[in-house]
Amino acid sequence: MFVLITGLLLGGTYALIAMGLNLQYGVARIMNLANGEMLVAGGFAAFWVFTAGQVSPVAALMVVAPVAFAVNWLIYRFMLRPLVTRAKTRGALEVDSILATFGLSFAMVGVMTWAFGGGYFNYAYLSERVDIFGSSYGQNRVVAFALATLIAVALWLWLNHTRAGLRLRAVSVNPDAARLVGIDVPAVSALAFGLGGAVTATGGALISMFFTLDASVGVLFTMKALIIVIMGGVGDIRGTVVAALILGIAETFVARVIDPGLTLAAAYVLFLGVLLFRPQGLFGKKPT
Amino acid sequence: MKRRTLMATAAALAFGLAGVTAASAQETIKLGAAAPLSGPLAGGAAVTHWPAVKLWVHQVNERGGLKLAGGQATIELVEYDDQTNPQQAIQAAQRMATQDNVDFMVSPYSTGLNLAAAPIFAQLGYPQITGTAVTNQQPELAAQFPSMFFVLGRTGVMAEDTAKVLVDLRDKGEIGNRVALVNVADAFGIEMVGISRGVLEAAGFEIVYETSYPLGTQDLAPVIDGAKASNPDAFIAWSYPGDTFALTDQAIVQKFEPKVFFTAVATAFPGYGARFGANAEGVMGMGGVNPDDPAFKAFAEAHVALNGQGPDYWASAATYATLEILGQAIEATGTKDRAVVMEYLKDRSNSYETILGPVQFNENNDNERYWTVGQWQNGVFKGVAARGRDGAAPIQLKQGWQ
Amino acid sequence: MTAQEVRALILGAIALGIVALLPLYDTGYLLSIGTTMAMFAVLATSWALFSGPTHYISLATAAFFGLGTLVTGLGFQTLPFWLLPIIAAVAGAVLAALVGLVTLRLSGVYFVIFTLGLAEFVRQIVTWVQNRTGQRGMYVLTSITEREIYWQLIGMLALVFVTGWLIARSRLGFALRIIGNDETVAKHSGINTALAKVLLFMVSGSVAAVVGAMLAPRYVYIEPSTSFAAILSFQVVIMALLGGTGRLWGPLAGVIPFTLLWEFISRQAPNQTLLLLGLTFLLIVYVLPGGFVGLHARLRRRFGAGGH
Repeated sequence: MFVLITGLLLGGTYALIAMGLNLQYGVARIMNLANGEMLVAGGFAAFWVFTAGQVSPVAALMVVAPVAFAVNWLIYRFMLRPLVTRAKTRGALEVDSILATFGLSFAMVGVMTWAFGGGYFNYAYLSERVDIFGSSYGQNRVVAFALATLIAVALWLWLNHTRAGLRLRAVSVNPDAARLVGIDVPAVSALAFGLGGAVTATGGALISMFFTLDASVGVLFTMKALIIVIMGGVGDIRGTVVAALILGIAETFVARVIDPGLTLAAAYVLFLGVLLFRPQGLFGKKPT
Repeated sequence: MKRRTLMATAAALAFGLAGVTAASAQETIKLGAAAPLSGPLAGGAAVTHWPAVKLWVHQVNERGGLKLAGGQATIELVEYDDQTNPQQAIQAAQRMATQDNVDFMVSPYSTGLNLAAAPIFAQLGYPQITGTAVTNQQPELAAQFPSMFFVLGRTGVMAEDTAKVLVDLRDKGEIGNRVALVNVADAFGIEMVGISRGVLEAAGFEIVYETSYPLGTQDLAPVIDGAKASNPDAFIAWSYPGDTFALTDQAIVQKFEPKVFFTAVATAFPGYGARFGANAEGVMGMGGVNPDDPAFKAFAEAHVALNGQGPDYWASAATYATLEILGQAIEATGTKDRAVVMEYLKDRSNSYETILGPVQFNENNDNERYWTVGQWQNGVFKGVAARGRDGAAPIQLKQGWQ
Repeated sequence: MTAQEVRALILGAIALGIVALLPLYDTGYLLSIGTTMAMFAVLATSWALFSGPTHYISLATAAFFGLGTLVTGLGFQTLPFWLLPIIAAVAGAVLAALVGLVTLRLSGVYFVIFTLGLAEFVRQIVTWVQNRTGQRGMYVLTSITEREIYWQLIGMLALVFVTGWLIARSRLGFALRIIGNDETVAKHSGINTALAKVLLFMVSGSVAAVVGAMLAPRYVYIEPSTSFAAILSFQVVIMALLGGTGRLWGPLAGVIPFTLLWEFISRQAPNQTLLLLGLTFLLIVYVLPGGFVGLHARLRRRFGAGGH
């Protein structure tokens, strides 16, 4: 039971890390290597409002999410859109976006180091224990899990039951066909990218409740997010959530039952296994 | 009109420059410093390394500089970011020595970067007095790199003293025989855990739980759960900053309450006390200082005044001390001739007055007197075990978490 | 050999010969930049041997490089030093073959992420084994100087160029060019695409391992967290793409300016190094699509500059 719940909580954390990237890559076709830095930036924002004004990180989301949306929308509109226009093939866009967002991640680390210094950031918020089935867990992790669930469900409903969501999915499946049926592909892509960024920054704000962050730590989160998105299948929120939970539970299981030293190795084995036997990801559709 | 303004500006500039050259007729000592401002170790360097370096330079210049034979010389600091990358650390050391022609260099931050830069220091004859390299290979290293001096201490001794703290407590009947031992799977953690396992087993302790976790892991609930299930008297974690915080956090959440709770790097950071408040009380960690020592007190106050943050209770002081040693060697010889200063440093009869207390180097260029184990007591991380240092505070058992 | 090839060969040999004289001129600052440059030149050129024709972006360089440093770290006390790069080459080739056989059917971004994961996976396994066996960070204390490392790397660079040239002339090179253009066509014309790709991946993997083995003495202290650091893989990719992968000399045209630029930024803006590097990356992506090779080709087209 402990393994299962800890694993689920960890899976929730992973979902927070990866959902935004899925939107960005799945719809806007940008393999965003600056994902982790956006996450850390969200965490810094939460840290800042918490220490400056004792504002709870959850309340801070009201500000963090819209700001992150705007920033990411602008990044897409002015930085990445030209690359999309320029790219002749999907492969060319992938190469360009990997290079560009890698540069962006460096620049963001630079800006954060300049703004916040290079030191470690953490704070105590809701770090009391809560008992579930006889074992204790951090309240902040449970809250983060609940909010991750909320975000995932909201995104799923929005994507599947609204016209705007339908447009996003259409672009995700086939941008060219979407344009033919009159969808403004650039606008939808910008929306998806901005939304993805907002989700990622939200995740960062929540994760900062129990993670120690510093300006340079983002790359670790980017790696995790990439793995989860690819594992779950690009362009499908359910896939990302399921992959995140599987990874969380698997890592916790290995850590508790086999050897914590092998947790990451186990995660990679799982990931490599999925890639080999189901390259399109758990929920991905076979490329046509 | 326009041209005239231009001329005036140019003239002003020229005079300005002349002014600068005139002012620099007062001798300066160029001091190069390359350490992480970015990369994985930037967080640690921002707490321990940079503030201590800046403080020393600031203080020396405040009092007019170092005394050379020909008068006083102020310090001019040349800084570079080595990006936590050995490649860059090597290049930065080369650059400082051969392009900026610095007179002396601050040693880099961390064991790995210190060793990557060591051949350059040795080759070009720069003293490398390090306050952040912990190793057990001082004899081999000093033979290979005669310019390298070690202030922070030996890993073997650190691990031994940690074990000795447990032995003392057990012999007094305060704790039992059961130890849980975990480590971050990195060169540092592996080395420390190896030594402490040996020492503990030789002393008759039972290792009831032992495990490692990958570098960068902050989800440590399973580790704490495993440790708790083994019901140990003492919990020893050879951890790095992120995991030090995460282990403590999980121990509190899961009410894991051994009588000795030890986490390694970052336990001595002021941020640890700030983050855990009353719960930090009784937590043990690597290093320590004598906080009642007036020299340390003055250092801590000046550190806060200049940097807006306190020093950590371990390597901050050691880093600062490396510069005190360098400064004293320069003043004693009255020259910035590196060869002469190096000779002075190698003379083992010389002793240096530092905020750590007196420091002397042995035949392996190694300082033999340093704090090994510390403990949070009344909001301060006090040294409780040391080699050759006075003022160790009595050890307290860890009371339960609040 | 055509007359043109002979000319290129002679020019290349002369250029390498001149470059190899650097340590006689300066053993300090220039040499340390030269060594870094030579290291990236070998890595980027060998990377492009595989990725250029196949269009697979591999981020596995760090995995092979780290493996090479380990070989030296483990073996330098017991084995003669000349043997270590050979062992590293074999180890790198074996790892590349294993990975290649199972993954090269993945396409595009899946391969990219897989190779990124590979370096991390290998590092995790290595640290776990080290932890199990109680082995610590390795101190590679040798009498090897930077000058010798530089010469080894220059020798390696010559070897990579010759290999690349031979491959381009061989059936393998022909097959790869077809794969790069259209894999389906290649399959239909009876080319064993998998074998061709794996062979080339092995070449680039073993070169990276050799470079790791050669550089270990320069790092002195070998710990997985630095020798497997993913940043290396990215650096190699960016330098190679900046140069352009269409030509054998392409990556070199990226490595030289990039190393100099990196050094320039590190020197001029110690507090903003990362920020400026990031902005430079962006600039490269926007201003120089297709790298210097692309620029070269465009200029040629524009001015109709001739010859061929």
